[in-house]
Amino acid sequence: MGNINHKESFISKYIFTYDHKMISKQFLITAIVMGILGVSLSILFRLQLGWPGESFAILETFLGKWAPGGVLDRNAYLALVTIHGTIMVFFVLTAGLSGTFSNLLIPLQIGARDMASGFLNMLSYWFFVISCVVMIFSLFVEGGAASGGWTIYPPLSALPQAMPGSGTGMTLWLLSMTLFVVSSLLGSLNYIVTIVNLRTKGLSMTRLPLTIWAFFVTAILGVLSFPVLVSAIVLLLMDRMMGTAFYLSDIFIGGEALDATGGSPILYQHLFWFLGHPEVYIVLLPALGISSEVIATNSRKPIFGYKAMVGSIIAIGFLSFIVWAHHMFVTGMNPFLGSVFVFTTLLIAIPSAVKAFNYITTLWRGNIRFTPAMLFSIGLVSTFVTGGLTGIILADSALDVTLHDTYFVVGHFHIVMGLSAIFGLFAGVYHWFSKMFGRMMNTKLGYVHFWFTIVCGYGVFFPMHFVGLAGAPRRYYDSTSFDFLDSVTDLQPIISMFAIVGALAQLVFMFNFFYSIFRGQAATQNPWKSNTLEWTTPVEHIHGNWSGALPEVHRWPYDYSNPAHDEDFVLQTTPLKDGEVGH
Amino acid sequence: MKLLILLVIVVGIIAVAQLAKIYQLSARLRGHREEDISEADTRLQGSLWIVFMFVLFGTTIWQFVRYGDYLPPSASLHGEAVDMLMGYNLALVIFVFFVVNALIFIFSFKYRFDKNRTAHFFPHDTRLEVIWTVIPSIVLAVIIIYGLQTWSEMTGPASDDSLRVELYSKQFDWTARYAGDDDAFGSTNFNLITPLNPLGIVTQDGIDQALLKIEDKIAKLNEELNAEKGHLLAEKVELERSLHPSDDHGHSGHEHSDHDDSHHEMTEGYKNNIESRLTAINDLLNSGTAKVMTDAAYEAKEDKIYRLKRHRQRILELKNYEVGDGFDAWEVGKDDRIVKSEFHLPIGREIEFVFRSRDVLHSAFMPHFRAQMNTVPGLPTRFKIETTITTDSMRTILDNPDFNYILLCNKVCGSAHFNMQMTIVVETQEEYDAWLSEQKVYMAEKN
Repeated sequence: MGNINHKESFISKYIFTYDHKMISKQFLITAIVMGILGVSLSILFRLQLGWPGESFAILETFLGKWAPGGVLDRNAYLALVTIHGTIMVFFVLTAGLSGTFSNLLIPLQIGARDMASGFLNMLSYWFFVISCVVMIFSLFVEGGAASGGWTIYPPLSALPQAMPGSGTGMTLWLLSMTLFVVSSLLGSLNYIVTIVNLRTKGLSMTRLPLTIWAFFVTAILGVLSFPVLVSAIVLLLMDRMMGTAFYLSDIFIGGEALDATGGSPILYQHLFWFLGHPEVYIVLLPALGISSEVIATNSRKPIFGYKAMVGSIIAIGFLSFIVWAHHMFVTGMNPFLGSVFVFTTLLIAIPSAVKAFNYITTLWRGNIRFTPAMLFSIGLVSTFVTGGLTGIILADSALDVTLHDTYFVVGHFHIVMGLSAIFGLFAGVYHWFSKMFGRMMNTKLGYVHFWFTIVCGYGVFFPMHFVGLAGAPRRYYDSTSFDFLDSVTDLQPIISMFAIVGALAQLVFMFNFFYSIFRGQAATQNPWKSNTLEWTTPVEHIHGNWSGALPEVHRWPYDYSNPAHDEDFVLQTTPLKDGEVGH
Repeated sequence: MKLLILLVIVVGIIAVAQLAKIYQLSARLRGHREEDISEADTRLQGSLWIVFMFVLFGTTIWQFVRYGDYLPPSASLHGEAVDMLMGYNLALVIFVFFVVNALIFIFSFKYRFDKNRTAHFFPHDTRLEVIWTVIPSIVLAVIIIYGLQTWSEMTGPASDDSLRVELYSKQFDWTARYAGDDDAFGSTNFNLITPLNPLGIVTQDGIDQALLKIEDKIAKLNEELNAEKGHLLAEKVELERSLHPSDDHGHSGHEHSDHDDSHHEMTEGYKNNIESRLTAINDLLNSGTAKVMTDAAYEAKEDKIYRLKRHRQRILELKNYEVGDGFDAWEVGKDDRIVKSEFHLPIGREIEFVFRSRDVLHSAFMPHFRAQMNTVPGLPTRFKIETTITTDSMRTILDNPDFNYILLCNKVCGSAHFNMQMTIVVETQEEYDAWLSEQKVYMAEKN
């Protein structure tokens, strides 16, 4: 850490900074920009899905030749769907959650001056930026962006002659994701090392706030699974450019029989989902960690069953590695192998149920303060339960046969990732805004933002289950030509309208966020009367976080409304009273 | 359009201004801090949870009433078991959805902030935690056992007397294949695919035809390359230079002596050859068939010829494998029947689908039979069903004379993915037999 309070230039303070607090803000704002892009893309294709074939001038304005006459082009539709998925999963939910909150909270909540390596941390952010730029650039190349769905299954993604989006756009997609993985690995390694080595005196692993436990397990998942994605990507690039046949066999396309034999497209799926499934928890666990902290603080109660919460985070993390093939029940995989994955997948429901019930018990007989962060956290518990339950149906291979790749799946994973994880992100922003910017966000606008978001969120994704049960496949440009789907056709415009209103409601958040950075009410040191260490740092950011010695921890972080104390919160730095039993 | 954009911008500015005003107003309240939630706000937010609960539950029930009848009854035997399983699972899931969400929303309302109350300090309770670990475990065990039973029944091996139907996918349509009178499918090879042999069925004729096709293509490409204007002109200059080296004095400088030597060694026959080639080039150039090609296009054609030759080699290698036992494998596929756009199935019979794909991944999705299987290039996949309701009966059940069973593609495969469908007709065995006998025999199609 060395020289803590040296003078800094604009560039070293705001751009190539080593300071974890600034890097966290950089991650957040970049993720918000990517989020705006990702959501906007979804609105563009929701117009087509809600009102197939209708002409929208706005489409031609934004997409030009991809929407001739205001009607979305078929290939452009697939490109939009693909890039929307990629941006939201990786650039918003992975980088936005882990990048922002692991960076902000790990040093602050474990009592460290900064990350173990500030330099790697900076590199992690800049790799992320470059990968964002490459991904955005890929939207403008000849043939359009990658269009094979965010999972980019070969051979579709391996053969430029299969679709326009499998040309330069796909190469850039693969390049961008490789850079993204580098960013993620640099960040994750740093988080793990920091948590293991730099905890302050007295802060044993069993006294860590649940946020840190969640970030810790998330980082481990990332380190173990992202390299597998890179290997999948490298093999795909070799198939595309060097004539190898890892994923290709017996293909006749464009009037030509290809040389490739002996490869297997299913191999790619195994590799992809070996990352892809842990990725779901890489997205979700930080959100659950954030909500644990927010719910305990604002219920003025200890989180119920701390050890069970830690145990379930670890259990979910472990199980997430042995469930990947539940995405592949209908690939022709051996049915017995399918059975094994049914079993492991349904096991995950147990630690998830424990978490949900523990949240609810934390609310029970609490004294709930409805801060915007708390509203989002309660909303998260609701959507986590709703989305998790439909997961039980999809995990059942016999049922997945009819529901696979239908709107039911889209509804399911959007409620878990698109609502729960996003709610966690919002809860974190409202809760720790004052730690980031030294000012408060407006509460009233936060209320408006929350209610619009949860109503529209359920309004968009809940009806999708019915569309899927009726058998409507996802990624269809237009399903009106199928008579058997007539019964659910009228849901599509409703879904689109909720999507549009929900997206517009995010403008309230945007305004509140950016306006508050400059004009928000000046924050006090510990506005939420919270126990954790970050609230013992001064409001003004200083390099090294604490001006004097590092704080010493004497208790766990959840002593809220402890009858042995007069105040309803007890900072972790407060020494135990005589006779008090520590945690 | 510009007007609309302008309008949006104006409305946007007004909205931001209004938001800023609200923001300032709520912030200006004397002594008010953002983190202090007023009693009025607490009451309002608490009540909103209850309102939200009723809206969510109400619309959920409404959706079940309106859309709960999502699919017609299953038209396959295993589908009935799947529907039962789905029913139990849905019932359980919906029950838990209502109970747990109600707890969340009611607790949020009931335990809203009250300054006269303190929260109950309740860090853990082993008994409770054991209860909600054990109960979900038991419920899940039941779901797993029940689900896997259904799964193993539907994925078991097909019986020997089942009817085998091959479904073949390509961008962007399906082809079905039935075995001919010999009750056996001819083997296939993707190298043999031609417009007349879309599935690449291996027969002697098929091989000859594919080879012929490739030879044609190579010849045509060679012809195009031979008539490339740039190359012709370059060759012409080169040839003329070797015939009349004296013309080169001004241009070739020190290379002069080399050309001179070669000229002296040139035999009469060689010279005649060059001259006749020059005439041919001139004819080509004058005839108008010579075209200019970019270097890239030229190389692409050369590449293509190289690939076609490799393709030809792979087919020639095919010829090497002979089948023993006196069984003539080349002829098995000759009587296979191939159908497009609509295929028929007999009622009450077990059918084993074999899926193959020509180009990319597709997925054969037959929602009315509760059946789905990906089609993978290079890896045949299978799925068996037993038909239970004919198309006619289903039309009566649904009171819809236009109803048809359908096969669609459910794995994104390119621009027309959404319109890759085939009609399925389920009928009596007699009707089916009559239909099948009318279908084109693969070899007959060519003749």
